[in-house]
Amino acid sequence: MGFMLAIIRRDLLLVARQPAEMINPLVFFVLVVALFPLGVSPEASLLSQTAAGVIWVAAMLATLLSLELLFKLDHDDGSLEQLLLAPYPSWCLVLAKVFVHWLVSGLPLILISPLIAMMLFLPSDAVPTLMLSLLLGTPTLSLLGAIGAALVTGVRGGGMLLTLLILPLYVPVIIFGASSVAAAALGMPVDGYMALLGAMFVFALMITPWAAGAALKL
Amino acid sequence: MAQFNWRMPRWFHQMGSPKWFYNFGGLLQPWFTLAAFLLLTCGMVWGLAFAPADYQQGNSFRIMYVHVPAAILSQSVFLSMAIAGAIGLIWKMKIAFMVARSCIAIGATFTLIALVTGAIWGKPTWGAYWVWDARLTSTLVLLFLYAGVMALNQAISERQIAGKATAILAIVGTINIPIIKYSVEWWNTLHQSSSFSLTDKPTMPSEMYLPLLLTVLGSYFLFGLVVLTRTRAQILQTQNGASWLMQHKDISGAK
Amino acid sequence: MPFPSPAMKPLLCISDLACERDSRTLYQGLNINVEAGDLWHIKGRNGAGKTTFLRQLAGLHAVDEGEVQLLNNDTRMIYIGHKLGLKEQLTADENLTWLAGLDGLSTQKQRFMALEQVGLRGYEESVVAQLSAGQKRRVALARLHLCKADIWLLDEPFTSIDQQGIADEQEWLNKHTLAGGAVLMTSHQDITLAQVQVLDMGDYARQTCQYLANENGNIT
Repeated sequence: MGFMLAIIRRDLLLVARQPAEMINPLVFFVLVVALFPLGVSPEASLLSQTAAGVIWVAAMLATLLSLELLFKLDHDDGSLEQLLLAPYPSWCLVLAKVFVHWLVSGLPLILISPLIAMMLFLPSDAVPTLMLSLLLGTPTLSLLGAIGAALVTGVRGGGMLLTLLILPLYVPVIIFGASSVAAAALGMPVDGYMALLGAMFVFALMITPWAAGAALKL
Repeated sequence: MAQFNWRMPRWFHQMGSPKWFYNFGGLLQPWFTLAAFLLLTCGMVWGLAFAPADYQQGNSFRIMYVHVPAAILSQSVFLSMAIAGAIGLIWKMKIAFMVARSCIAIGATFTLIALVTGAIWGKPTWGAYWVWDARLTSTLVLLFLYAGVMALNQAISERQIAGKATAILAIVGTINIPIIKYSVEWWNTLHQSSSFSLTDKPTMPSEMYLPLLLTVLGSYFLFGLVVLTRTRAQILQTQNGASWLMQHKDISGAK
Repeated sequence: MPFPSPAMKPLLCISDLACERDSRTLYQGLNINVEAGDLWHIKGRNGAGKTTFLRQLAGLHAVDEGEVQLLNNDTRMIYIGHKLGLKEQLTADENLTWLAGLDGLSTQKQRFMALEQVGLRGYEESVVAQLSAGQKRRVALARLHLCKADIWLLDEPFTSIDQQGIADEQEWLNKHTLAGGAVLMTSHQDITLAQVQVLDMGDYARQTCQYLANENGNIT
């Protein structure tokens, strides 16, 4: 636990020194969503129908964008070696890094999502569901993405590769995440979706520490 | 990586020796070639020329004899790749990584064939080449998974590390395939139900069913043949200079 | 025996170690026992596997053949490689805080003392990005004074360090080995201490050439 806290403390300090790391995915998220009406149509009825999917796809892309550097910076300056040499299992390292990643890139997305929902005319009844689905879904995105980030750590030009590896794994999350919001917009119950999103989070929590930890040790 | 000390039979560890695999694979290769050739030829000729036409779909159903084996193999190959990768990771067996690597291209090819034939079959059946139907969509996602594995395998220059990384990704992908399939099916269930499985009774007449069985079996042998050939080629590449290879009849006889 | 070793207690046992990279054997059949008080100078031409050997000992590179065995589970190792493991945006003190935090806790006083020992007094609150290459390496080396490790694995610790610094460093190596620690290090510079033992990676390179074809084209 002390080990994980040390990593979390260090990484938060690094973010505080370079807040752009936190702001960039957020700006990206808003930009993608803002571009969508420009490309399709500003019509409220059309936008409110597609809002759930657009927000979820944008959130996914924003997460992916920030994942590339999850282990890469540590690998490049050698601190990853030191973290792996510490007398603690590598899953502690993975979980601590993922937690910081979610805190820095996932949580701000959730907080700004009501504003985005308003821009896309999502019915206000669906906004709590949107936030809850993002709250359950974005940690899963960070966790699954960490596997890809760990695999491409030492690879040059890993960003594109990471996208290729991870996007197929995101399919279930985006399906249930976006469907839950769409269902809420129609006034239908969403407990089932939330249970599935929660189950996927638990599932990701089980495989990621093993897979990403093993990948980092290669 | 955790170290396991499970006792495994001797043949299992023998399989990990490049020499043994090279020789044994060489013995199997002609038989696999023969079996694949015979089964595929018989199945195809029977299915495409002699099997009765479908009362609903007419002759267009015959593309099934290509589509179904490809679709089945696309998943089996991914699973085989993950199992080979897991064996490599657990027992530190380099041959297993080579086998997993040999699976990538053939698996992606089967997936691509399944997609293309599915689209062609879809035109007369649904009236469109592409429908966002559950099975087509999950096959598409499977193709993306293969693309990822292939890209990762090629991006890492050191073979051993590439083998391990690919194995991890293949295992994670395999665990995810059922979840992806379930979610996509849930998302859209339009397709007709599975045409045959090992446990259920076939719903089609045996004159249509048997040729399909032959082509599926033939495709498995074809897959085995490709994996054997490619793995043996990789052994030749990595073992260059090894004394057993220098004395091997394939090498010394070639001079 | 040039120097009386304090206890002659073995710390690390390396048996039949080999390293293969892309079907090329870098070294094989490497057997040494590292004992308390040993100072091993690992030599060899470029690409002989010096860094890989150190990484195998540290546990950063997979050991597929042979064995690296710590004889006592309490033995602590510190590995300082080419890449120093420092965060450029953090200060020297902050970097030492998290690096030392990997093994245990440290007080600010201890960290400042360690930095003073490597000649960085007054630089404690400087951001590492603003330090010179030699100063950065000194920050990384300060960890040797901060964390009590038995075995030091140092990859080119003299790189970009000035003459005086190298002399200081040799003095630390001397002290550490006399106190019963062990050091394995690579360097292209000579170490002037009496207890130094040389490990030439060239001795463990694969002896036979891969292709020995005579004029007739037959492989011999």
